[in-house]
Amino acid sequence: MSKVLVIAFAEQDGSLGKAALEALAAAKQLGGEFCAGVIGEKIDAAADMLAGAGAAKVFGVAGSDFAQPRYASDAAAAEAIAKAAGAEIIVAAGTSRWSRVAAGVAHRLGGQIDTHVTGLAVENDAPVVTRWYYRQRMMAQMTRAARPWVISVDPGSFAAWQGAPGSASIEAVDVTLGDAAKRTQVTGVRTPSSGQQTIRPEADVLFVAGAGWTKKQPDGQFHVAEAEKLILDFVDNAKASLGSSKSLVDQKGEGQAVLTCLSHLNQVGQTGSTPRHPKGLATCCHGEEPHVVGWRFITERRAINLDANCGWAQGKADVLYVADSFAVMEKVNALLAE
Amino acid sequence: MTGGFQIVVCGGIVPNPLQTLEPITGPSGPALKNEAMLPAVLDPWAWHALFEAANLAKQNPGSKVWLVALAPKAKLQQVVMTIAQKVPFELIAIDGPASGFAESADVAEELAAAIEAIPGLDKSKLLVFGGWESASRGAGTTMQMVGEKLGIVDQFQGVDELKAAPDGSFEVLERIEGGRHQVSTCAGAPALLGWATGNLPEPPNNPQVGMANMRGVMPALQKAKPAKAGANGATYASVALPQQRRATRIVKDTPVEEIAREIAAWIKG
Repeated sequence: MSKVLVIAFAEQDGSLGKAALEALAAAKQLGGEFCAGVIGEKIDAAADMLAGAGAAKVFGVAGSDFAQPRYASDAAAAEAIAKAAGAEIIVAAGTSRWSRVAAGVAHRLGGQIDTHVTGLAVENDAPVVTRWYYRQRMMAQMTRAARPWVISVDPGSFAAWQGAPGSASIEAVDVTLGDAAKRTQVTGVRTPSSGQQTIRPEADVLFVAGAGWTKKQPDGQFHVAEAEKLILDFVDNAKASLGSSKSLVDQKGEGQAVLTCLSHLNQVGQTGSTPRHPKGLATCCHGEEPHVVGWRFITERRAINLDANCGWAQGKADVLYVADSFAVMEKVNALLAE
Repeated sequence: MTGGFQIVVCGGIVPNPLQTLEPITGPSGPALKNEAMLPAVLDPWAWHALFEAANLAKQNPGSKVWLVALAPKAKLQQVVMTIAQKVPFELIAIDGPASGFAESADVAEELAAAIEAIPGLDKSKLLVFGGWESASRGAGTTMQMVGEKLGIVDQFQGVDELKAAPDGSFEVLERIEGGRHQVSTCAGAPALLGWATGNLPEPPNNPQVGMANMRGVMPALQKAKPAKAGANGATYASVALPQQRRATRIVKDTPVEEIAREIAAWIKG
């Protein structure tokens, strides 16, 4: 097997996040010896976890310049670690921080890259990765002869490594940033202005709202405010994450009645996210199959809509309730609130 | 910003999302069945990037927008007929595959070369826009490589907002985990931004913009250079549609109370 390097960014407290531990577990699946690299302001706790997982060496780039998730500094640090380790296979978690720089790092190393990897195996002593194309509509298994090969694994695709921290002897890698690398400054983090936090990647349940919530109901009237209350009550009661079809969030730009709790950040499938929750409940999504292809990674799926023959629900959901979502969700909320 | 920005939007085309896609093995690797016959659209994230570019150019007099597109020339012509009605831009066409299986490094090389070749390009004013990933390959790797080839180290991905200040600096909102945005400030161009959906609605059709754009579109398509982008580099063991079909249990003609009880029990369980 080629020389494997796991690269991770330390969290603010210096430890490793869940996604990094998942990438670590994925790298260990490749078998054999591996090295690790960690980047951040404080890296000791992260390095100890990597040592505890069996990393033969732990390379580190630390300091206040590397606290910010910033392209110039993160790419320089990852490049330096990969070169110091002589890495041939580089595995990292596809977090927003790593995804920002991964391809740039591969380019600097003269290597190749595959991202959004959801499966990893070894055949003929080489990694074989599984990833999806065309927005989760077809799945490919592939390998590469070129090295270095950067592999970004999608968070939620592997069980996180669990074990006791070891005691790392960090090999510090010196990276000096010039002024040109500090033209960008990260000034903070902002949550959506909708007020209530509706996106919860760690939630057990994903609630997908379809465009039907904002259509005329059997009484010939719109009930958008009522719909919004029912949805937010459910999200609150079930501690669920809120997703939406594309057509529903697009209505904001089309001047139609909208659910104010939704933005493009809530969209799943197509130009949205591909969430990985254990359970998913879709409502009023009749006829929106192409817009919820991100539904593919939800383990248990149930749907409520008015059409028993809905092509999206048939064969794709485990249970389809043919009923009025307004009536059902009102009762569900009452039961969950008890 | 004094003198405006030079904004280059990179974008390919993808099959219309309503089409059924089926993979086949072609002479140069995986491909889509009847790919040449499938109706195409501009890649959705690049589409958003183009709106944002046009909006930024409008707010900063003296700015100009180019659209650098790598796609089969005939298909690109069809797509450009539609988008040309929306916002003003100058097309730079590259004749090559729109396949999701084309290597992003090859695509990046072609895009970067086309950008470098823009007459009068001033990198101190250059903003390179594109989608943060495509709806075909979906890798999110091409734009970073374009930036590296152009020597741009101020890069942002998953961008939803850019606010430019009069001195040319700007604030950027990038999507991060948990439905949040990371806020950054950048001293100014050159920079590269991979856009998520942004905040702007699709602009209405404007026949005058369309006529102005079309004057440059046909010459640009005629001048399109052939690209070498392909699927070399990866060895595909399989490319297949997911076959899993669930046995859906249909619950109908059932009281709402009973359905609610079942759902609540499932949620709690």
